[in-house]
Amino acid sequence: MTVVEARGLRKTFGTTTALDGIDLRVEEGRILGLIGPNGAGKTTALNAILGLTPYQGELKVLGRDPWTERDALMRDVCFIADVAVLPRWLRVAHALDYVAGVHPRFDRAKAEALLARTDIKRTSKVRELSKGMVTQLHLALVMAIDAQLLVLDEPTLGLDILYRKQFYDSLLNDYFDRTRTIVVTTHQVEEIQHVLTDLMFINHGRIVLECTMDAFESRYLEVLVPPEHLAAAQALGPIHERQLFGRSILLFENGDRPQLAALGDVRTPSIADVFVAVMGHRAGPGEGGAQ
Amino acid sequence: MTTTPAAPAVLRATRPLYWSVRRELWENKSIYVAPLAAAAVLLFGFAIRTITLPRRLEAVLALETARPRAVVTTPFNVIAGLVFITAFVVAVFYCLDALHGERRDRSILFWKSLPVSDLTTVVSKLVVPLVVLPLVVFAIVLAAHLVILTLSTLVLLGRGPALAALWTHVKFIQMPVAMFYALTAISLWHAPLYGWLLLVSGWARRSPFLWAVLPPIAIAVFERIAFGSTHFGRWLGYRMVGWFTQAFVPHVKGAEPLEPLAAMTPLKFLATPGLWAGLLFAALLVFAAVRVRRYREPI
Repeated sequence: MTVVEARGLRKTFGTTTALDGIDLRVEEGRILGLIGPNGAGKTTALNAILGLTPYQGELKVLGRDPWTERDALMRDVCFIADVAVLPRWLRVAHALDYVAGVHPRFDRAKAEALLARTDIKRTSKVRELSKGMVTQLHLALVMAIDAQLLVLDEPTLGLDILYRKQFYDSLLNDYFDRTRTIVVTTHQVEEIQHVLTDLMFINHGRIVLECTMDAFESRYLEVLVPPEHLAAAQALGPIHERQLFGRSILLFENGDRPQLAALGDVRTPSIADVFVAVMGHRAGPGEGGAQ
Repeated sequence: MTTTPAAPAVLRATRPLYWSVRRELWENKSIYVAPLAAAAVLLFGFAIRTITLPRRLEAVLALETARPRAVVTTPFNVIAGLVFITAFVVAVFYCLDALHGERRDRSILFWKSLPVSDLTTVVSKLVVPLVVLPLVVFAIVLAAHLVILTLSTLVLLGRGPALAALWTHVKFIQMPVAMFYALTAISLWHAPLYGWLLLVSGWARRSPFLWAVLPPIAIAVFERIAFGSTHFGRWLGYRMVGWFTQAFVPHVKGAEPLEPLAAMTPLKFLATPGLWAGLLFAALLVFAAVRVRRYREPI
């Protein structure tokens, strides 16, 4: 089943084009990472999917038009739009009461069980919780909702590494079950590399790269080349080259693995490295054309 | 659930509204704290004043043209009036913050992540000044009146004529009826005012109070300077206090006031075009506020 389907999705703010005709398709059971620099259009794309902003073009989420049917859509879609959007005056017990009151798919017992694992007291107000605890509370509320699509926009921004790790572990172990779909944006790319099934780079409102993680691993290869093989490796046309502790690391797209293995150690690159390579690569002609 | 399929549907439709109104009460404790505090202060003052009630009442009764009514009913009227005014002030500031605060603290992103429509949200915020606050005021004033009546009766025990005057002039059955009627009339009459405040609250990026208040003042001043007339100012005044002249018999100076029930003119009130025009205008403002909330993002 297709969870999100967009065709020619456009959004402009005055003279700024935030989304420049995006085509997007997210199938059920995928975990899609939306990666891009600040101002690339990630949040705008998510806001359109969540019915928070009007747009041009075609967009269907679970078969619905998010802008006109937001409230109906939110029975099947959950999102954490940002850290710290829970109102500071809200009491934890009241948050549970409210979501249980308005959401037909909320499993209060599950939320209570998730909260029992944390140090969050039922009588506390959000303003009395640490930033990490607020995120734990929000995640507990969201994970207790039996939704088909979960959207996370920078869900771990500003959290320390323990909370970040716990956040994704919890998401994978207690929530994700192959029938749900997750779309996530973050700058902490390295932490979600092993979580994702699909990857999308977005820049200047356009999709720059779109592939599954399986395809990503066979498409991009990183080779640690010793100086004696450098010239031979460079002749094969790497898309990016960098130095680390005196050794050259070359990134290849659609490279021939046996051939590269002869020149140095071959490994799967990090998303961050490919991101830097691809963005740098496209910035020259691509940006000139867009302006 | 399986026997009556219609019931859960109704339940589902009203549950978000019910919980949204409760949510407003969690966030805005001033809805009941402020009227309670006002009533408590007044009650304390009048409790002390009750000590001198026997002397004052008997002095009035000793006069030839005895008019003891003002002496015994004043505490009841003052408490009711001041709690009404307190609730009005609370309602105005509540509405100005209702759709602004959630954008300021970005919590609108949380509320919008739940299956609650913008219409339900805005209506829940309109229910507070139009239904919740009047009910709070009714309960508080009624309780305060009971306390005053009990205290007055206690200090007048054994003073036959004075006690009789108290129970003759304090219409204890009529007063709550008239109060309920007045609160209903005020709600209906002020509906467009609250609609306007909610719209500004949802629309303004900052200072909703100034956006709500300054334009009407500017129009009134402009009219006065340009045309030398005061139609707009008068119209505004009518929109604020017109409920009183339409829903009750206007008080004639020097005349003995009518009893609460006799002063009520519900048919005249319902026949006032301004009432219905106001309600229609209120509906338009609320519709606009719903549209605005749909488009608005955190500030």
